Amino acid sequence: MNMLTSLMLLPLIGALLISALPTTKSLLAKQMTLGTTLLVAIGVIVMAIRFDTSKTDLQFVETHSWIPTFGINYSVGVDGIALVLIILSALLAPIVVLAGWNESSGGRWSAKTFYILVLVLETMIIGVFSANDLFLFYVFFEAMLIPVYFLIGGYGTGQRNAAAVKFLIYSLLGGLLMLASIIALYVLSGEQSGHTFNINTLSQLQMSSTTQNLLFLGFFIAFAIKAPLWPLHTWLPDAAQSATPGTSVLLLGILDKVGTFGMIRYCLTLFPEASKTFTPLILVLAVISIIYGAFLAIGQKDLKRLIAFTSISHFGFITMGIFAMTSQGHSGATLYMFNHGFSTAALFIVGGWMMSRRGSSKISDFGGLQRVTPVMAWSFFIAGMSSLALPGLSSFVSEFLVLVGTYTRYPVAAIIGTFGIVLAALYILIPVQRALHGPTMPGNEALSDLNLREKIAIAPVIAIIIALGFYPSPLLNIINPASTHTITQAGFTDPLAQIDPKAGK
Amino acid sequence: MTDFIVPKLSYVQLSPILIVLGGALIGVLIEAFLSRKVRPIAQLTITLGSLILALIQLWHIRHESSLTAAMGSVAIDGATILMQGSILLIAILAVALIADNEHFTVLAAAVPGSPEERDSLQSGEKLTEVFPLTLFAVAGMLLFPASNDLITLFVALEMLSLPLYLMAGLSRRRRLMSQEAALKYFLLGAFSSAFFLFGAAYLYGYSGSVSLAGIRAAVVGGSGNDVFLLMGIAFLSIGLLFKVGAVPFHAWTPDVYQGAPTPITAFMAAATKVAAFGAMLRIFYTSLANANWDWRPMMSIIAIITMLFGSVVAIAQRDVKRMLAYSSIAHAGFLLTGVIALNKSGLDASIFYLFAYGVATVGAFGVVTLVRDSSGEVTDLNKWAGLAKRSPFAATLFAGFLLAFAGIPLTSGFIGKFSIFSAAYESGNKSLVIVGVLSSAIAAYFYIRVIVLMFFKDAADDGTSVIIPSILTRSTLIITSVITILLGVYPAPLLNFINSLASFVR
Repeated sequence: MNMLTSLMLLPLIGALLISALPTTKSLLAKQMTLGTTLLVAIGVIVMAIRFDTSKTDLQFVETHSWIPTFGINYSVGVDGIALVLIILSALLAPIVVLAGWNESSGGRWSAKTFYILVLVLETMIIGVFSANDLFLFYVFFEAMLIPVYFLIGGYGTGQRNAAAVKFLIYSLLGGLLMLASIIALYVLSGEQSGHTFNINTLSQLQMSSTTQNLLFLGFFIAFAIKAPLWPLHTWLPDAAQSATPGTSVLLLGILDKVGTFGMIRYCLTLFPEASKTFTPLILVLAVISIIYGAFLAIGQKDLKRLIAFTSISHFGFITMGIFAMTSQGHSGATLYMFNHGFSTAALFIVGGWMMSRRGSSKISDFGGLQRVTPVMAWSFFIAGMSSLALPGLSSFVSEFLVLVGTYTRYPVAAIIGTFGIVLAALYILIPVQRALHGPTMPGNEALSDLNLREKIAIAPVIAIIIALGFYPSPLLNIINPASTHTITQAGFTDPLAQIDPKAGK
Repeated sequence: MTDFIVPKLSYVQLSPILIVLGGALIGVLIEAFLSRKVRPIAQLTITLGSLILALIQLWHIRHESSLTAAMGSVAIDGATILMQGSILLIAILAVALIADNEHFTVLAAAVPGSPEERDSLQSGEKLTEVFPLTLFAVAGMLLFPASNDLITLFVALEMLSLPLYLMAGLSRRRRLMSQEAALKYFLLGAFSSAFFLFGAAYLYGYSGSVSLAGIRAAVVGGSGNDVFLLMGIAFLSIGLLFKVGAVPFHAWTPDVYQGAPTPITAFMAAATKVAAFGAMLRIFYTSLANANWDWRPMMSIIAIITMLFGSVVAIAQRDVKRMLAYSSIAHAGFLLTGVIALNKSGLDASIFYLFAYGVATVGAFGVVTLVRDSSGEVTDLNKWAGLAKRSPFAATLFAGFLLAFAGIPLTSGFIGKFSIFSAAYESGNKSLVIVGVLSSAIAAYFYIRVIVLMFFKDAADDGTSVIIPSILTRSTLIITSVITILLGVYPAPLLNFINSLASFVR
């Protein structure tokens, strides 16, 4: 059997086994989940090693007929961009399980259910990134919402019901608009080449520019809700605030990437002309997201909401990189997705530990943690530095690539976007200063530092953040061919550097 | 003097209908001659037996070459076979719910609150008339989508409606409400039958024929008086739209759904919809296809209003049965887009949708029958809060059916929605697709709200409980949920089957 299919089946089998356990054996359920996610991670690493970086087409392809009446296939395969996102998901999953070892205890249901949902979600995440059939993609895209919905609503805190419903309704609305576009593509394909959902065939359909623009919007709105782009972002802070830190990592670190991934894979490939038409508008939205997210992050009093707003700013960068339509911008955006996954994970995980120890998510309740819990404080500091893209840490490389890639074609957007970096320093340094430094706030004196399990969980995240900061080329080697390929397919060429012939005279 | 021609009835093709009718007649005899003690089990056996037998017989004749029976007044074509199969399967599942006698009054004729009623309830006897009534209704439903002329259509319409009017009034609890529902259903149903007849008369006046083929020929020829045609289409449509519960002819739906005993609601909601849409598809796809410029615009408007109205008003409902009623109105709107599509994929999609929706509906109402307190079924949504704590089984099943209604992928509802909207798009009705998608989003909201209520709210201590279902009810619940998931994950066999079989004889 194909590797991708096996990797998708593995968590599902784990979930089935866990569902057979009695409810009381929650420790065993956790251990089995950790084991399963580790196995998947190993499998994905093996796949990454076997991935041939010299090819631009999809690899590990597997196709079976699924619903022949509608020309629907179960068809999977990955290019560099999808592979990187699958690596991200597979690495983050065991870390989330280990870091949030006791996370499921505050829920409405047993720990068992929590881990079943996590594992089912992992299957769907791998599926959504590897789907090579538009219908299959849509099925994963929508079905994914259900486990997340139960994870937020069942195990979250505070206004979890409202947040879960808001998340679901926003996503469903976007998804249904996309469904209308998918139906249109399906009918068009039936008229031109026989019903199909194969993405390559669909990308060659003839459409009038009005049709193309409308269908593009159907897809783009769905992805912009998911990503989330201003002004469709309002569900995210609520969801992040209510979800457990582990769920937030899955949600912001991985699931939201489906939005930006979808923009590359579907918006650009299927509707190159419309993408060009809408680029100015989208760049404006992206720049607004960068600045708006950053400003709101500065104003947040709640740690979880703060991280959510920083993500909105970061997603603005990613979207800008994608719609700059340069291969540098694309590579930067993809790398950004990966790095954002890890730095957000670090922030949420360490922040989650801080919050569960203190019993509060208000930034003002912390203070002087550096003295009481040095390891935890340092971890949070590094996570924060990665979020503000400090040179030497992974995010710097990607942010730099995005800005350079954008500047070559859209200098104004890039210049305004650069202010986001300045603001990032503010929104990270202010909470770092308030929470970690200064006098120890009353109530914080007796907080315990990270235990061994937590150290094991956070160590790989920090290691990856630092390692990729110095040496990003293994990932870039995987990403670059795919980025160039997408850009060429969409009919763009990288702008050549304009060198003034008189220069230097 | 002309010779009397012996009508050729083709009993083989009619056999599924005849088997069900035969079962119904035996049921009447059982009521008359068997003692009260053995009646329930005898009735159940006869009812399930004849339904299953009819289904088997239907399977045998699915490839019969002769497509009309009873001198052309009944069409047994691929579409009929599929509709009849759906109706029979849904009826079998619903009868399993009806077999739980807890829901029915003992003496339907007793005045609510009278000493007679009290005595009958205390006697511990059981109502069994409901079984032959069900079979009569099923026979009418089998005939309705098969009818190939307007007279047979009208007979079938009355045959399926009259037992349903009675059955709606049989509720054991809240009898006044149940009888009010029955009366309302009867009166409005009678009006709609009158409209139907009125329309049939105009169509006869237009074409000089009552057979669908004759009307089709007249429409294609185009020589008749167009005013008659338009009047005929309009009034015939009103009669049919009433049966499917489309806006603005939907007013009976919530009251009847709420007042009728829940197993009857399940049966009626699922099977009537298949039968009525079956007939509607036949009429509009064959006789009136060439007049589509006349009826499509108005029908599109009705579909749009129905989808939006059903979805929006369902949000405000506080009663689970009323909510499902408004949801069924919204679904009638989705199904109308399949009628309007007027192409082969629209026909296939409608048949698939009807089956998937019918099965999920029976399942959903099946779960409703389980939630009880001391005074009987609990349909107030507020009391459903925290149902998942009381019974994870019931809550999970219900959530599954709701997700199917909402059209979430990996459930039958999604495949149904996809196929019906793509058929509508293919026929050029893009606005219907957009409205359909938007009202799906609205509808998703109230389905999800119920899931929130069941899973994320804490239960109040108000005596609400979930009873342990009887074996029959339990098997209905399991079968309906398995079909709902299976048709979402692997619908290919059924879609192929429908695709190969679905067509109308013209």
